[in-house]
Amino acid sequence: MMNFDEGAIRARGLTVRRGDRTVLRGLDFGVSPGRITGLLGPSGCGKSTLMRAVVGTQAKVTGTLDVLGLPAGDGALRARIGYVTQAPSVYDDLTIRQNLDYFAAVLDPGRARRAARRETVTRAIGDVDLASHADSLAGRLSGGQRSRVSLAVALLGTPELLVLDEPTVGLDPVLRRDLWDLFHRIAAERAATILVSSHVMDEAERCHRLLLMRDGEILADDTPDALRARTRTETVEAAFLHLVDEANALQESAR
Amino acid sequence: MTTTTPGTTTAPGTKTPSRTTAAPMSAARTLATAARVLRQLRHDPRSIALMILVPCVMLFLLRYVFDASPTCDGETPCPPSTFDSIGASLLGIFPLITMFLVTSIATLRERTSGTLERLLAMPLGKADLIAGYALAFGLLAIVQSVLATGLAVWALGLEVVGSAWLLLLVALLDALLGTALGLFVSAFAASEFQAVQFMPAVIFPQLLLCGLFTPRPNMQPVLEAISNVLPMSYAVDGMNEVLRHTDVTGDFVRDTVIVAGCAALVLALGAATLRRRTA
Repeated sequence: MMNFDEGAIRARGLTVRRGDRTVLRGLDFGVSPGRITGLLGPSGCGKSTLMRAVVGTQAKVTGTLDVLGLPAGDGALRARIGYVTQAPSVYDDLTIRQNLDYFAAVLDPGRARRAARRETVTRAIGDVDLASHADSLAGRLSGGQRSRVSLAVALLGTPELLVLDEPTVGLDPVLRRDLWDLFHRIAAERAATILVSSHVMDEAERCHRLLLMRDGEILADDTPDALRARTRTETVEAAFLHLVDEANALQESAR
Repeated sequence: MTTTTPGTTTAPGTKTPSRTTAAPMSAARTLATAARVLRQLRHDPRSIALMILVPCVMLFLLRYVFDASPTCDGETPCPPSTFDSIGASLLGIFPLITMFLVTSIATLRERTSGTLERLLAMPLGKADLIAGYALAFGLLAIVQSVLATGLAVWALGLEVVGSAWLLLLVALLDALLGTALGLFVSAFAASEFQAVQFMPAVIFPQLLLCGLFTPRPNMQPVLEAISNVLPMSYAVDGMNEVLRHTDVTGDFVRDTVIVAGCAALVLALGAATLRRRTA
Protein backbone atom coordinates (compact mmCIF):
# COMPACT_ATOMS: atom_id res chain seq x y z
CA MET A 1 0.00 0.00 0.00
CA MET A 2 1.46 3.34 -0.90
CA ASN A 3 1.59 6.15 1.56
CA PHE A 4 -1.17 8.57 0.62
CA ASP A 5 0.78 11.61 1.76
CA GLU A 6 3.71 10.96 -0.53
CA GLY A 7 1.73 10.70 -3.76
CA ALA A 8 2.75 12.80 -6.74
CA ILE A 9 -0.97 12.96 -7.45
CA ARG A 10 -3.59 12.55 -4.75
CA ALA A 11 -7.31 12.54 -5.45
CA ARG A 12 -10.19 12.38 -2.97
CA GLY A 13 -13.75 12.40 -4.21
CA LEU A 14 -12.62 13.70 -7.63
CA THR A 15 -15.73 14.46 -9.65
CA VAL A 16 -15.99 16.10 -13.07
CA ARG A 17 -19.17 17.14 -14.81
CA ARG A 18 -19.33 17.90 -18.53
CA GLY A 19 -22.68 19.38 -19.45
CA ASP A 20 -25.28 17.28 -17.64
CA ARG A 21 -23.07 14.17 -17.63
CA THR A 22 -20.89 13.14 -14.71
CA VAL A 23 -17.69 11.94 -16.36
CA LEU A 24 -15.71 11.12 -13.21
CA ARG A 25 -17.63 9.91 -10.16
CA GLY A 26 -15.89 10.62 -6.87
CA LEU A 27 -12.52 9.00 -7.58
CA ASP A 28 -10.02 8.26 -4.79
CA PHE A 29 -6.55 7.35 -5.94
CA GLY A 30 -2.89 8.18 -5.65
CA VAL A 31 0.04 8.13 -8.06
CA SER A 32 3.47 7.36 -6.59
CA PRO A 33 6.38 9.65 -7.42
CA GLY A 34 9.08 8.42 -9.78
CA ARG A 35 6.91 5.60 -11.12
CA ILE A 36 5.03 4.87 -14.31
CA THR A 37 1.32 4.63 -13.67
CA GLY A 38 -0.83 3.34 -16.49
CA LEU A 39 -4.38 4.58 -16.91
CA LEU A 40 -6.37 1.96 -18.76
CA GLY A 41 -9.92 1.59 -19.84
CA PRO A 42 -12.24 1.58 -22.84
CA SER A 43 -12.56 4.81 -24.83
CA GLY A 44 -15.04 7.20 -23.27
CA CYS A 45 -14.43 5.95 -19.72
CA GLY A 46 -12.97 9.30 -18.60
CA LYS A 47 -9.21 8.78 -19.03
CA SER A 48 -8.62 12.02 -20.91
CA THR A 49 -10.87 13.99 -18.56
CA LEU A 50 -8.91 12.69 -15.58
CA MET A 51 -5.66 13.73 -17.24
CA ARG A 52 -7.02 17.17 -18.09
CA ALA A 53 -8.08 17.56 -14.46
CA VAL A 54 -4.55 16.69 -13.31
CA VAL A 55 -3.00 19.18 -15.75
CA GLY A 56 -5.52 21.83 -14.74
CA THR A 57 -7.25 22.41 -18.08
CA GLN A 58 -10.54 20.74 -17.14
CA ALA A 59 -13.40 22.93 -15.92
CA LYS A 60 -15.98 21.89 -13.30
CA VAL A 61 -13.71 19.73 -11.16
CA THR A 62 -14.89 19.10 -7.59
CA GLY A 63 -13.31 17.14 -4.75
CA THR A 64 -9.65 17.27 -3.77
CA LEU A 65 -6.91 16.89 -6.35
CA ASP A 66 -3.33 17.62 -5.34
CA VAL A 67 -0.51 17.46 -7.86
CA LEU A 68 3.14 17.62 -6.70
CA GLY A 69 1.88 18.98 -3.37
CA LEU A 70 -0.19 21.81 -4.87
CA PRO A 71 -3.84 21.98 -5.90
CA ALA A 72 -4.21 20.93 -9.55
CA GLY A 73 -4.17 23.90 -11.92
CA ASP A 74 -1.98 26.04 -9.63
CA GLY A 75 0.09 28.48 -11.68
CA ALA A 76 3.36 27.23 -10.21
CA LEU A 77 2.64 23.74 -11.58
CA ARG A 78 2.52 24.82 -15.23
CA ALA A 79 6.29 24.77 -15.53
CA ARG A 80 6.64 21.45 -13.73
CA ILE A 81 4.26 19.29 -15.78
CA GLY A 82 4.75 18.01 -19.31
CA TYR A 83 1.44 17.26 -21.00
CA VAL A 84 0.71 15.50 -24.29
CA THR A 85 -2.84 15.68 -25.58
CA GLN A 86 -4.33 12.79 -27.50
CA ALA A 87 -4.29 14.64 -30.82
CA PRO A 88 -0.81 16.02 -31.59
CA SER A 89 -0.78 19.71 -30.69
CA VAL A 90 2.02 21.29 -32.68
CA TYR A 91 2.22 23.99 -35.35
CA ASP A 92 1.97 22.31 -38.74
CA ASP A 93 3.51 25.33 -40.48
CA LEU A 94 6.71 25.23 -38.43
CA THR A 95 9.58 22.77 -38.59
CA ILE A 96 10.15 20.35 -35.73
CA ARG A 97 13.01 22.44 -34.40
CA GLN A 98 11.05 25.70 -34.71
CA ASN A 99 8.15 24.14 -32.81
CA LEU A 100 10.41 23.02 -30.00
CA ASP A 101 12.35 26.30 -29.97
CA TYR A 102 9.13 28.19 -29.35
CA PHE A 103 7.81 25.95 -26.60
CA ALA A 104 11.26 25.92 -24.97
CA ALA A 105 11.24 29.74 -24.99
CA VAL A 106 7.85 29.72 -23.26
CA LEU A 107 9.18 27.37 -20.57
CA ASP A 108 12.55 28.97 -20.08
CA PRO A 109 12.52 32.47 -21.61
CA GLY A 110 15.28 35.01 -21.99
CA ARG A 111 18.37 35.57 -24.06
CA ALA A 112 20.61 34.29 -21.26
CA ARG A 113 18.99 30.85 -21.41
CA ARG A 114 19.60 30.40 -25.14
CA ALA A 115 22.34 27.79 -24.83
CA ALA A 116 20.35 25.80 -22.28
CA ARG A 117 17.35 25.89 -24.59
CA ARG A 118 19.33 24.68 -27.57
CA GLU A 119 20.54 21.78 -25.49
CA THR A 120 17.11 20.76 -24.24
CA VAL A 121 15.62 21.04 -27.75
CA THR A 122 18.33 18.84 -29.24
CA ARG A 123 17.88 16.30 -26.45
CA ALA A 124 14.09 16.21 -26.86
CA ILE A 125 14.40 15.68 -30.62
CA GLY A 126 16.86 12.87 -29.97
CA ASP A 127 14.59 11.35 -27.29
CA VAL A 128 11.81 10.81 -29.81
CA ASP A 129 14.24 9.77 -32.55
CA LEU A 130 13.46 12.55 -35.02
CA ALA A 131 16.93 14.07 -35.40
CA SER A 132 16.96 13.28 -39.12
CA HIS A 133 13.71 15.23 -39.63
CA ALA A 134 14.49 18.20 -37.39
CA ASP A 135 14.12 20.70 -40.22
CA SER A 136 10.99 19.24 -41.82
CA LEU A 137 7.66 21.00 -41.48
CA ALA A 138 5.48 19.27 -38.88
CA GLY A 139 2.59 19.29 -41.36
CA ARG A 140 4.57 17.16 -43.80
CA LEU A 141 5.29 14.41 -41.27
CA SER A 142 3.37 11.16 -40.88
CA GLY A 143 0.80 10.85 -38.11
CA GLY A 144 3.16 8.88 -35.90
CA GLN A 145 5.96 11.37 -36.41
CA ARG A 146 3.70 14.31 -35.54
CA SER A 147 2.61 12.65 -32.32
CA ARG A 148 6.28 12.17 -31.45
CA VAL A 149 6.92 15.89 -32.01
CA SER A 150 4.05 16.55 -29.62
CA LEU A 151 5.68 14.20 -27.12
CA ALA A 152 9.04 15.92 -27.56
CA VAL A 153 7.45 19.23 -26.50
CA ALA A 154 6.39 17.63 -23.21
CA LEU A 155 9.93 16.36 -22.62
CA LEU A 156 11.50 19.84 -22.85
CA GLY A 157 13.26 21.01 -19.70
CA THR A 158 12.97 18.61 -16.81
CA PRO A 159 9.29 18.10 -16.06
CA GLU A 160 8.68 16.42 -12.71
CA LEU A 161 5.38 14.96 -13.90
CA LEU A 162 4.60 13.74 -17.40
CA VAL A 163 0.95 13.33 -18.31
CA LEU A 164 0.74 11.41 -21.58
CA ASP A 165 -2.64 10.83 -23.20
CA GLU A 166 -2.30 7.79 -25.47
CA PRO A 167 1.20 8.70 -26.69
CA THR A 168 1.70 5.49 -28.66
CA VAL A 169 -1.52 5.44 -30.71
CA GLY A 170 -0.84 4.70 -34.35
CA LEU A 171 2.83 3.83 -33.84
CA ASP A 172 4.43 0.63 -35.06
CA PRO A 173 5.60 -2.01 -32.55
CA VAL A 174 9.27 -1.03 -32.79
CA LEU A 175 8.58 2.62 -32.05
CA ARG A 176 6.20 1.71 -29.27
CA ARG A 177 8.85 -0.41 -27.64
CA ASP A 178 11.43 2.38 -28.01
CA LEU A 179 9.09 4.93 -26.48
CA TRP A 180 8.31 2.69 -23.52
CA ASP A 181 12.05 2.22 -23.01
CA LEU A 182 12.31 6.02 -23.07
CA PHE A 183 9.52 6.40 -20.48
CA HIS A 184 11.36 3.99 -18.19
CA ARG A 185 14.62 5.86 -18.71
CA ILE A 186 12.93 9.17 -17.90
CA ALA A 187 11.32 7.76 -14.76
CA ALA A 188 14.58 6.20 -13.60
CA GLU A 189 17.17 8.79 -14.64
CA ARG A 190 15.21 12.04 -14.43
CA ALA A 191 13.16 10.90 -11.42
CA ALA A 192 9.96 11.93 -13.15
CA THR A 193 6.50 10.63 -12.38
CA ILE A 194 4.65 9.42 -15.45
CA LEU A 195 0.90 9.07 -15.83
CA VAL A 196 0.22 7.44 -19.18
CA SER A 197 -3.08 6.36 -20.67
CA SER A 198 -3.49 3.60 -23.19
CA HIS A 199 -6.06 1.21 -24.41
CA VAL A 200 -3.42 -1.23 -25.66
CA MET A 201 -3.30 -3.79 -22.91
CA ASP A 202 0.14 -5.22 -23.64
CA GLU A 203 1.57 -1.79 -22.78
CA ALA A 204 -0.01 -2.14 -19.36
CA GLU A 205 2.49 -4.85 -18.55
CA ARG A 206 5.23 -2.25 -18.72
CA CYS A 207 3.75 0.03 -16.06
CA HIS A 208 4.76 -0.08 -12.43
CA ARG A 209 1.17 0.41 -11.37
CA LEU A 210 -2.19 0.40 -13.10
CA LEU A 211 -5.41 2.30 -12.67
CA LEU A 212 -8.17 0.42 -14.47
CA MET A 213 -11.12 2.65 -15.31
CA ARG A 214 -14.61 1.93 -16.48
CA ASP A 215 -17.47 4.38 -16.89
CA GLY A 216 -16.01 7.19 -14.76
CA GLU A 217 -14.96 4.91 -11.89
CA ILE A 218 -11.76 3.16 -10.94
CA LEU A 219 -12.15 -0.62 -11.09
CA ALA A 220 -8.71 -1.50 -9.78
CA ASP A 221 -5.56 0.24 -8.54
CA ASP A 222 -2.75 -2.29 -8.35
CA THR A 223 0.50 -3.58 -9.85
CA PRO A 224 0.18 -5.68 -13.03
CA ASP A 225 1.44 -8.77 -11.15
CA ALA A 226 -1.03 -8.37 -8.32
CA LEU A 227 -3.87 -7.83 -10.79
CA ARG A 228 -3.08 -11.05 -12.62
CA ALA A 229 -2.69 -12.96 -9.37
CA ARG A 230 -5.93 -11.60 -7.93
CA THR A 231 -7.99 -12.46 -10.99
CA ARG A 232 -6.04 -15.70 -11.66
CA THR A 233 -5.40 -14.66 -15.24
CA GLU A 234 -2.38 -14.78 -17.55
CA THR A 235 -2.41 -11.23 -18.91
CA VAL A 236 -3.53 -7.77 -17.83
CA GLU A 237 -5.99 -7.83 -20.70
CA ALA A 238 -7.65 -10.96 -19.31
CA ALA A 239 -7.58 -9.45 -15.81
CA PHE A 240 -9.25 -6.29 -17.09
CA LEU A 241 -11.96 -8.22 -18.94
CA HIS A 242 -12.52 -10.33 -15.83
CA LEU A 243 -12.96 -7.22 -13.69
CA VAL A 244 -15.28 -5.56 -16.23
CA ASP A 245 -17.47 -8.68 -16.42
CA GLU A 246 -17.54 -8.82 -12.65
CA ALA A 247 -18.59 -5.16 -12.44
CA ASN A 248 -21.24 -5.66 -15.13
CA ALA A 249 -22.64 -8.69 -13.32
CA LEU A 250 -22.77 -6.71 -10.10
CA GLN A 251 -24.60 -3.90 -11.87
CA GLU A 252 -27.07 -6.39 -13.41
CA SER A 253 -27.87 -8.02 -10.10
CA ALA A 254 -28.30 -4.62 -8.46
CA ARG A 255 -31.13 -3.81 -10.87
CA MET B 1 9.50 -6.90 -26.01
CA THR B 2 12.03 -5.77 -23.47
CA THR B 3 10.82 -5.26 -19.96
CA THR B 4 12.18 -3.01 -17.33
CA THR B 5 11.69 -4.55 -13.92
CA PRO B 6 8.84 -2.75 -12.25
CA GLY B 7 9.56 -1.95 -8.67
CA THR B 8 12.85 -0.14 -8.92
CA THR B 9 11.94 3.19 -7.46
CA THR B 10 14.10 6.21 -7.85
CA ALA B 11 13.41 8.82 -5.25
CA PRO B 12 12.99 12.32 -6.65
CA GLY B 13 16.57 13.39 -6.24
CA THR B 14 18.38 16.65 -6.53
CA LYS B 15 17.99 18.35 -9.84
CA THR B 16 18.16 21.83 -11.13
CA PRO B 17 14.80 22.80 -12.55
CA SER B 18 15.42 24.35 -15.94
CA ARG B 19 11.79 25.38 -16.17
CA THR B 20 10.92 28.76 -14.73
CA THR B 21 7.58 29.73 -13.27
CA ALA B 22 4.95 31.93 -14.83
CA ALA B 23 4.70 35.67 -14.55
CA PRO B 24 1.54 37.47 -15.66
CA MET B 25 3.47 38.92 -18.58
CA SER B 26 7.03 38.59 -19.75
CA ALA B 27 8.67 40.51 -22.55
CA ALA B 28 10.76 37.50 -23.55
CA ARG B 29 7.71 35.24 -23.89
CA THR B 30 5.82 37.93 -25.82
CA LEU B 31 8.72 38.37 -28.23
CA ALA B 32 9.10 34.60 -28.61
CA THR B 33 5.39 34.37 -29.47
CA ALA B 34 5.61 37.20 -32.01
CA ALA B 35 8.68 35.59 -33.59
CA ARG B 36 6.85 32.26 -33.78
CA VAL B 37 3.80 33.81 -35.48
CA LEU B 38 6.06 35.54 -38.03
CA ARG B 39 7.97 32.29 -38.59
CA GLN B 40 4.67 30.53 -39.33
CA LEU B 41 3.83 33.25 -41.84
CA ARG B 42 7.20 32.92 -43.50
CA HIS B 43 6.30 29.37 -44.45
CA ASP B 44 3.24 30.78 -46.20
CA PRO B 45 4.54 33.37 -48.70
CA ARG B 46 1.33 33.37 -50.70
CA SER B 47 -0.64 34.72 -47.72
CA ILE B 48 1.93 37.44 -47.16
CA ALA B 49 1.77 38.44 -50.81
CA LEU B 50 -2.03 38.58 -50.73
CA MET B 51 -2.08 40.62 -47.54
CA ILE B 52 0.39 43.16 -48.85
CA LEU B 53 -0.55 43.39 -52.50
CA VAL B 54 -4.35 43.26 -52.45
CA PRO B 55 -4.80 46.69 -50.79
CA CYS B 56 -2.39 48.22 -53.33
CA VAL B 57 -4.24 46.66 -56.27
CA MET B 58 -7.57 47.88 -54.88
CA LEU B 59 -6.28 51.44 -54.51
CA PHE B 60 -4.90 51.32 -58.03
CA LEU B 61 -8.27 50.13 -59.36
CA LEU B 62 -10.09 52.77 -57.37
CA ARG B 63 -7.92 55.52 -58.78
CA TYR B 64 -8.95 54.64 -62.36
CA VAL B 65 -12.56 53.85 -61.47
CA PHE B 66 -12.84 57.53 -60.53
CA ASP B 67 -10.65 58.59 -63.45
CA ALA B 68 -13.17 61.09 -64.80
CA SER B 69 -14.11 62.70 -61.50
CA PRO B 70 -13.91 66.52 -61.62
CA THR B 71 -10.46 67.95 -61.19
CA CYS B 72 -9.66 71.15 -59.45
CA ASP B 73 -9.62 74.08 -61.92
CA GLY B 74 -7.75 76.77 -60.06
CA GLU B 75 -10.55 76.87 -57.52
CA THR B 76 -9.27 77.69 -53.98
CA PRO B 77 -9.51 75.95 -51.65
CA CYS B 78 -9.54 72.94 -53.87
CA PRO B 79 -12.31 70.47 -52.81
CA PRO B 80 -11.14 66.86 -52.33
CA SER B 81 -11.91 64.72 -55.36
CA THR B 82 -13.83 61.47 -55.04
CA PHE B 83 -10.61 59.44 -55.16
CA ASP B 84 -9.10 61.61 -52.46
CA SER B 85 -11.87 61.10 -49.92
CA ILE B 86 -12.61 57.46 -50.69
CA GLY B 87 -8.93 56.61 -51.08
CA ALA B 88 -8.05 58.10 -47.71
CA SER B 89 -10.93 56.24 -46.05
CA LEU B 90 -9.84 52.99 -47.64
CA LEU B 91 -6.29 53.46 -46.38
CA GLY B 92 -7.86 53.17 -42.94
CA ILE B 93 -10.28 50.37 -43.78
CA PHE B 94 -7.93 47.95 -45.59
CA PRO B 95 -5.61 47.26 -42.66
CA LEU B 96 -8.61 46.80 -40.38
CA ILE B 97 -10.23 44.20 -42.65
CA THR B 98 -7.05 42.27 -43.50
CA MET B 99 -5.88 42.09 -39.92
CA PHE B 100 -9.36 41.07 -38.77
CA LEU B 101 -9.41 38.17 -41.20
CA VAL B 102 -5.84 37.06 -40.58
CA THR B 103 -6.10 37.21 -36.80
CA SER B 104 -9.47 35.53 -36.52
CA ILE B 105 -8.34 32.58 -38.64
CA ALA B 106 -4.90 32.34 -37.02
CA THR B 107 -6.21 32.31 -33.46
CA LEU B 108 -9.01 29.95 -34.40
CA ARG B 109 -6.39 27.55 -35.76
CA GLU B 110 -4.54 27.91 -32.48
CA ARG B 111 -7.73 26.94 -30.65
CA THR B 112 -8.67 23.99 -32.84
CA SER B 113 -5.16 22.51 -33.21
CA GLY B 114 -4.83 22.05 -29.45
CA THR B 115 -1.78 24.32 -29.29
CA LEU B 116 -3.78 26.91 -27.34
CA GLU B 117 -4.66 24.34 -24.67
CA ARG B 118 -1.03 23.27 -24.56
CA LEU B 119 0.22 26.88 -24.25
CA LEU B 120 -2.27 27.70 -21.53
CA ALA B 121 -1.13 24.60 -19.62
CA MET B 122 2.39 26.06 -19.84
CA PRO B 123 3.76 29.11 -18.04
CA LEU B 124 2.57 31.55 -20.71
CA GLY B 125 0.56 34.59 -19.69
CA LYS B 126 -2.60 35.26 -21.68
CA ALA B 127 -1.31 38.80 -22.20
CA ASP B 128 1.91 37.33 -23.67
CA LEU B 129 -0.06 35.43 -26.27
CA ILE B 130 -2.27 38.37 -27.23
CA ALA B 131 0.56 40.88 -27.24
CA GLY B 132 2.65 38.43 -29.29
CA TYR B 133 -0.05 38.19 -31.93
CA ALA B 134 -0.68 41.95 -31.89
CA LEU B 135 3.05 42.60 -32.29
CA ALA B 136 3.55 40.16 -35.17
CA PHE B 137 0.50 41.29 -37.12
CA GLY B 138 1.24 44.90 -36.21
CA LEU B 139 4.60 44.59 -37.97
CA LEU B 140 2.88 43.14 -41.00
CA ALA B 141 0.35 45.98 -40.87
CA ILE B 142 3.21 48.51 -40.91
CA VAL B 143 4.56 47.00 -44.14
CA GLN B 144 1.08 46.90 -45.66
CA SER B 145 0.25 50.47 -44.65
CA VAL B 146 3.60 51.90 -45.76
CA LEU B 147 3.18 50.36 -49.20
CA ALA B 148 -0.47 51.34 -49.59
CA THR B 149 0.03 54.89 -48.29
CA GLY B 150 3.17 55.35 -50.39
CA LEU B 151 1.42 54.12 -53.51
CA ALA B 152 -1.63 56.31 -52.94
CA VAL B 153 0.26 59.49 -52.11
CA TRP B 154 3.19 59.35 -54.52
CA ALA B 155 2.06 57.21 -57.43
CA LEU B 156 -1.69 57.71 -57.59
CA GLY B 157 -1.68 61.39 -56.64
CA LEU B 158 -3.82 61.23 -53.52
CA GLU B 159 -4.02 64.85 -52.37
CA VAL B 160 -3.35 64.90 -48.65
CA VAL B 161 -3.17 68.29 -46.95
CA GLY B 162 -1.80 66.83 -43.70
CA SER B 163 1.25 64.68 -43.12
CA ALA B 164 1.50 61.21 -44.64
CA TRP B 165 2.92 60.07 -41.28
CA LEU B 166 -0.40 60.81 -39.65
CA LEU B 167 -2.15 58.67 -42.30
CA LEU B 168 0.24 55.89 -41.40
CA LEU B 169 -0.44 56.30 -37.68
CA VAL B 170 -4.20 55.97 -38.22
CA ALA B 171 -3.66 52.99 -40.52
CA LEU B 172 -1.62 51.28 -37.79
CA LEU B 173 -4.22 51.91 -35.13
CA ASP B 174 -6.84 50.53 -37.50
CA ALA B 175 -4.73 47.41 -38.03
CA LEU B 176 -4.48 46.99 -34.28
CA LEU B 177 -8.25 47.36 -34.00
CA GLY B 178 -8.69 44.71 -36.70
CA THR B 179 -6.34 42.36 -34.83
CA ALA B 180 -8.28 42.94 -31.62
CA LEU B 181 -11.67 42.34 -33.25
CA GLY B 182 -10.42 39.20 -34.99
CA LEU B 183 -9.03 37.79 -31.76
CA PHE B 184 -12.27 38.47 -29.95
CA VAL B 185 -14.51 37.05 -32.66
CA SER B 186 -12.45 33.86 -33.02
CA ALA B 187 -13.69 32.84 -29.56
CA PHE B 188 -17.21 32.58 -30.94
CA ALA B 189 -16.38 30.67 -34.11
CA ALA B 190 -16.33 26.90 -33.98
CA SER B 191 -14.73 26.49 -37.40
CA GLU B 192 -12.83 28.46 -40.02
CA PHE B 193 -16.03 28.43 -42.06
CA GLN B 194 -17.83 30.32 -39.29
CA ALA B 195 -14.87 32.64 -38.74
CA VAL B 196 -15.06 33.87 -42.33
CA GLN B 197 -18.80 34.46 -41.94
CA PHE B 198 -18.05 36.81 -39.07
CA MET B 199 -16.46 39.22 -41.52
CA PRO B 200 -19.74 40.28 -43.16
CA ALA B 201 -21.38 40.26 -39.72
CA VAL B 202 -18.82 42.42 -37.93
CA ILE B 203 -17.16 44.43 -40.69
CA PHE B 204 -19.86 45.15 -43.30
CA PRO B 205 -22.25 47.07 -41.01
CA GLN B 206 -19.34 49.26 -39.95
CA LEU B 207 -18.32 49.68 -43.59
CA LEU B 208 -21.84 50.87 -44.52
CA LEU B 209 -22.11 53.24 -41.56
CA CYS B 210 -18.57 54.60 -41.35
CA GLY B 211 -19.17 57.50 -43.73
CA LEU B 212 -17.48 55.93 -46.74
CA PHE B 213 -20.65 55.97 -48.89
CA THR B 214 -22.33 59.04 -47.51
CA PRO B 215 -21.32 61.51 -44.79
CA ARG B 216 -22.54 60.28 -41.42
CA PRO B 217 -24.61 63.42 -40.62
CA ASN B 218 -26.71 62.69 -43.75
CA MET B 219 -27.82 59.30 -42.45
CA GLN B 220 -31.14 58.48 -40.85
CA PRO B 221 -30.73 59.66 -37.20
CA VAL B 222 -30.92 56.13 -35.74
CA LEU B 223 -28.21 54.93 -38.12
CA GLU B 224 -26.13 58.01 -37.36
CA ALA B 225 -26.40 57.22 -33.66
CA ILE B 226 -25.28 53.65 -34.33
CA SER B 227 -22.39 54.88 -36.48
CA ASN B 228 -21.33 57.06 -33.53
CA VAL B 229 -20.57 53.99 -31.42
CA LEU B 230 -18.83 51.93 -34.14
CA PRO B 231 -15.03 52.23 -34.04
CA MET B 232 -14.53 52.17 -37.83
CA SER B 233 -16.40 55.51 -38.08
CA TYR B 234 -13.61 57.15 -36.11
CA ALA B 235 -10.95 55.39 -38.18
CA VAL B 236 -12.42 56.95 -41.32
CA ASP B 237 -13.01 60.34 -39.65
CA GLY B 238 -9.38 60.39 -38.55
CA MET B 239 -8.21 59.73 -42.12
CA ASN B 240 -10.40 62.52 -43.43
CA GLU B 241 -9.04 64.95 -40.83
CA VAL B 242 -5.53 64.34 -42.16
CA LEU B 243 -6.83 64.69 -45.71
CA ARG B 244 -8.27 68.17 -45.07
CA HIS B 245 -6.10 69.79 -42.39
CA THR B 246 -2.40 70.62 -42.26
CA ASP B 247 -2.22 70.49 -38.48
CA VAL B 248 -3.07 67.86 -35.94
CA THR B 249 -6.63 68.92 -35.12
CA GLY B 250 -8.51 68.28 -31.90
CA ASP B 251 -10.91 66.04 -33.82
CA PHE B 252 -7.97 64.02 -35.13
CA VAL B 253 -6.66 63.48 -31.62
CA ARG B 254 -10.14 62.47 -30.45
CA ASP B 255 -10.55 60.02 -33.35
CA THR B 256 -7.19 58.32 -32.82
CA VAL B 257 -7.73 58.08 -29.06
CA ILE B 258 -11.13 56.46 -29.64
CA VAL B 259 -9.73 53.94 -32.13
CA ALA B 260 -6.80 53.10 -29.84
CA GLY B 261 -9.12 52.86 -26.84
CA CYS B 262 -11.48 50.52 -28.69
CA ALA B 263 -8.55 48.34 -29.74
CA ALA B 264 -7.31 48.11 -26.15
CA LEU B 265 -10.81 47.35 -24.86
CA VAL B 266 -11.45 44.62 -27.42
CA LEU B 267 -7.98 43.13 -26.79
CA ALA B 268 -8.85 42.92 -23.09
CA LEU B 269 -12.17 41.28 -23.96
CA GLY B 270 -10.25 38.88 -26.21
CA ALA B 271 -7.95 37.98 -23.31
CA ALA B 272 -11.03 37.22 -21.23
CA THR B 273 -12.16 34.66 -23.83
CA LEU B 274 -8.94 32.66 -23.36
CA ARG B 275 -9.74 30.19 -20.61
CA ARG B 276 -7.16 27.95 -19.02
CA ARG B 277 -9.90 25.55 -17.94
CA THR B 278 -12.41 24.40 -20.52
CA ALA B 279 -15.32 21.97 -20.37
